[in-house]
Amino acid sequence: MTQQTISPLSVESSVSPKAKSQKPKAKIIGRGFWGRLLFYLVIGFFIINLIGLVGTVVVDSFAQRWFGTWLPPAYTTRWYEFITTDHDLSLLLFNTLVVALSVTGLALLVGFPAAYVLARKTFRFKAALTALYLLPMLVPPLAYGIPLATVLLRMGLGGSLIGVILINLVPIVPFVILILTPFIEQIDLSLESASQMLGANRFQTFRRVLLPLVLPGLLSAGMLAVVRTIAMFELTFLVADARSQTLVVALYADAFAAGIRPNQAISALAVVYMLTTMSLLVIALIFVKPTQFVVRLKNNN
Amino acid sequence: MAEIGLKGRSLARLGLPKRIEWGAVLLSLPAFVMVLALFVYPFVFGFDLSLRSGAKGEGDWTLNNYQQFFNDPRQMDTIWTTFQVALPVTLFSVAVSVPLAYFMRRGIRFERLITAILILPITLGTVMVAQAMLSYFGPRGWFNQLLQGMGLIQDPVRLTRNWIGVEIALFIHGFPFVFLMILGYMSGINPDLERASRMLGASRWQTFWRVIFPLSLPGIAIAFCLNFVANFGVFPSATLVGNPSAETRVLSIAAFQAAFEQNNRPQGTSIALIMGAIELLVIVLILWMRGRLARGATMGGGKGA
Amino acid sequence: MERIEKLELRGVTRRFGVTTALHSFDLEIAGGMFVSLLGPSGCGKSTALNCLAGLLDLSEGEIVLNGRPIQDVPAEKRGFGMVFQNYALFPHLSVTRNVSYGLELRGVPKPERERRIRRALEMVKLEEFGKRFPAQLSGGQQQRLAFARTIVLEPGLLLLDEPLSNLDTKLRNEMRIEIKHLHEQLNLTTVYVTHDQSEAMSMSDLVVVMRLGRIEQVGTPQEIYNRPKSLYVADFMGYSNRLPVSLVAQEGQEWVVETISGTQLRASSTLQESTDWQPGQRVLACFRPDEALADPLPAVNHLQGQVQLVEYMGKTFEGLVRLQGDDGIQLLVHSQHPLENDAPVEFGIRPDRLLLFPLATSDNNPVKPHLEPALKGQR
Repeated sequence: MTQQTISPLSVESSVSPKAKSQKPKAKIIGRGFWGRLLFYLVIGFFIINLIGLVGTVVVDSFAQRWFGTWLPPAYTTRWYEFITTDHDLSLLLFNTLVVALSVTGLALLVGFPAAYVLARKTFRFKAALTALYLLPMLVPPLAYGIPLATVLLRMGLGGSLIGVILINLVPIVPFVILILTPFIEQIDLSLESASQMLGANRFQTFRRVLLPLVLPGLLSAGMLAVVRTIAMFELTFLVADARSQTLVVALYADAFAAGIRPNQAISALAVVYMLTTMSLLVIALIFVKPTQFVVRLKNNN
Repeated sequence: MAEIGLKGRSLARLGLPKRIEWGAVLLSLPAFVMVLALFVYPFVFGFDLSLRSGAKGEGDWTLNNYQQFFNDPRQMDTIWTTFQVALPVTLFSVAVSVPLAYFMRRGIRFERLITAILILPITLGTVMVAQAMLSYFGPRGWFNQLLQGMGLIQDPVRLTRNWIGVEIALFIHGFPFVFLMILGYMSGINPDLERASRMLGASRWQTFWRVIFPLSLPGIAIAFCLNFVANFGVFPSATLVGNPSAETRVLSIAAFQAAFEQNNRPQGTSIALIMGAIELLVIVLILWMRGRLARGATMGGGKGA
Repeated sequence: MERIEKLELRGVTRRFGVTTALHSFDLEIAGGMFVSLLGPSGCGKSTALNCLAGLLDLSEGEIVLNGRPIQDVPAEKRGFGMVFQNYALFPHLSVTRNVSYGLELRGVPKPERERRIRRALEMVKLEEFGKRFPAQLSGGQQQRLAFARTIVLEPGLLLLDEPLSNLDTKLRNEMRIEIKHLHEQLNLTTVYVTHDQSEAMSMSDLVVVMRLGRIEQVGTPQEIYNRPKSLYVADFMGYSNRLPVSLVAQEGQEWVVETISGTQLRASSTLQESTDWQPGQRVLACFRPDEALADPLPAVNHLQGQVQLVEYMGKTFEGLVRLQGDDGIQLLVHSQHPLENDAPVEFGIRPDRLLLFPLATSDNNPVKPHLEPALKGQR
């Protein structure tokens, strides 16, 4: 997890000029300068647009009306009152949290032992098993979601929170396994052996040695899983009904049926959704590095 | 076949225990059962369903659902449309990410802040991004107003409710993902290789093309695959910021409409399976090429001792 | 490449943020020399090498090659060659392509390229392995490939960054001879970085002992070995026995000193400042375990003690001896004859091999590795 130590040499050499200049003044505009400029321009352009996207929604949610001007002519908070009557907001929040926490808890419970075996054991069909675990990440959600939703509906789980939780487990469990396996691999196996040599049985070794060491990994995986589940739309959409839908599904339904209600009302709901995910993101960033939100690829060069 | 036999023998020679470790099996069981029940079984069930006639799949076995799909030009076109939507943006995301990741591979200033902002779209999710785009990139949105204000354009550019809207949405969502993944891979390349290359007389440019790029290719391939999966299955972006009845009517829309709007589950499932099969075919192709590359790097050449 | 007549480093300084890894490094290297930079990790030897290579920019100072400053010439244009500690072989290129890499960049035509690759591979005995990839070679073979890749370009200066540290002892000794052999064969000016004093001693024409980013002593291996200028260098050269003594009188080149128990010894000093010493001052008398002689006993400087512990070293015996009197000071002594536990022993040290140094101050304490910015690649 800490392989990102930045060596001063490399920082230096990546921006060091190659000009034949003697004076430090000329060194500022070396080849590194244009690379840096271009880099920050591209990243900056992307980030400015991101802020614009988020800003538009926030401003819009407080607008009386807003059409074709830089800023709305007048502001109001009534759209937030509107959405509490339009939607059962507390139910939406409740569903969102229950689904996110249950999916995360179950995924950790199921994924951790599986990751442990992948990290520690060598066996004949390991590659095949790993591929099977990770396959759901390589198939678009709707491709397995439609048949799975059909199965769940036939079992009478359509429209229930249980159905929503089950369908969301499919992509999250592989994700948890993918994060935890390298984390367990880097915990020295001899620590477990040492614990056993000191007289601990398997359960004691697990509780006193492995669990404390793997806790940061579980925490990261859990935080990432929560954030991902909340943003997961397609699968929830397929099985949820009005009583079991989550925030993101309600947001989609409103946005899809634009025109039925004013745009400002949709923006207000979007802000509520955004606050939920952003506050979780902020909490998550205390425990995990931002880069961990993305699958880390093993580089064995 | 011979290879499998050889593998088995060499495993035995390594002294790996032949007995089954029931503890390990027990630990793997929940995940294994879950994948079987929630992933493999639905596919088997769905395959059976897609081969049945009748809107509820109550009828006999038939190829009707597949025939219908391949004979209906409006349905067949969704395959082409899906590629048209998914491929350009995936290529573009990778093309932008590689030089940026190369620049950032040894760390930059404000790295944590920049990456934290970059992952925002991943946290917000596709629906939220699409919903925000409708206002921001809309004809009267800030983006068009800004371009008009700077005098770059006369009339607003249409950036939503069409193909370009979906591309923008997928880029906003996919670029940070691809970028951070390639960055992680590239920063894992031993910096001494770059130094060695320079000591052997290579410029930065030559070092990039001869050392960094080939060594990053496996990572780039994986990032491409994962991003392609997401873009190939595009659904909310295609319906919200795209034109879901024409130029962005992708496979997932066709599958969803058949299964849930026309309530023909067998038909919908068959389209979903077609989507999964085509997408996996592309992935297998890319991974196969990557495997050949990787084998070249680690195992290639003679076998003599 | 340009042949080196004279290479000078003048006041080369390198800072990383607030820490200074290299302080005003001055060195003159004549063409064909084999120079070692010796010191523990963190002493700045790798920083010096990377500055010389052009992989690090200087904070101050200049590097002058044949009278021409080159500190602003980028690494790839200096025409120097470098072998890295972890070899830094390109994993995606075959053995042949690794050797060919630099030649391709220089646009060497194919027939000549092939001839030179073949010759380089023959020189390091890898001619059979051209089609393999680095991952398929043993550690020693990888090491030799790293050499071949560098010397095929006939660099003006060869820089070696601890190239032997990843090899086992037997291979290391073999490669040591091979490197020396290659150096003589090609008459390459070589700068060699190592933390192993025996490597530096056996291979070099000139040894630079470094400490905390500064040069501690420069000299031939004999000078460094026999006349270490400081306690630090002495420690590095194996002067592990330290006897606290007080000065009695100076007699010509030698000093008369007295141990705590009152034994008088004759010792010498290699320091400039020894002239300031006053009788009565407390100093340290140091000597190497293998220079304690029992048979024949030297004419002066006899010490008696009792053997505490014996270790068989193969050719000799090493004993830990507790001196009589002297607050139980323990010394390491080598002997050709078997030593027995608890047996009394007597040995002596020649006055010119018993060196005096000022008492260790905190600044003078032996080898304390401190933070060196991570120059080595993370693996």
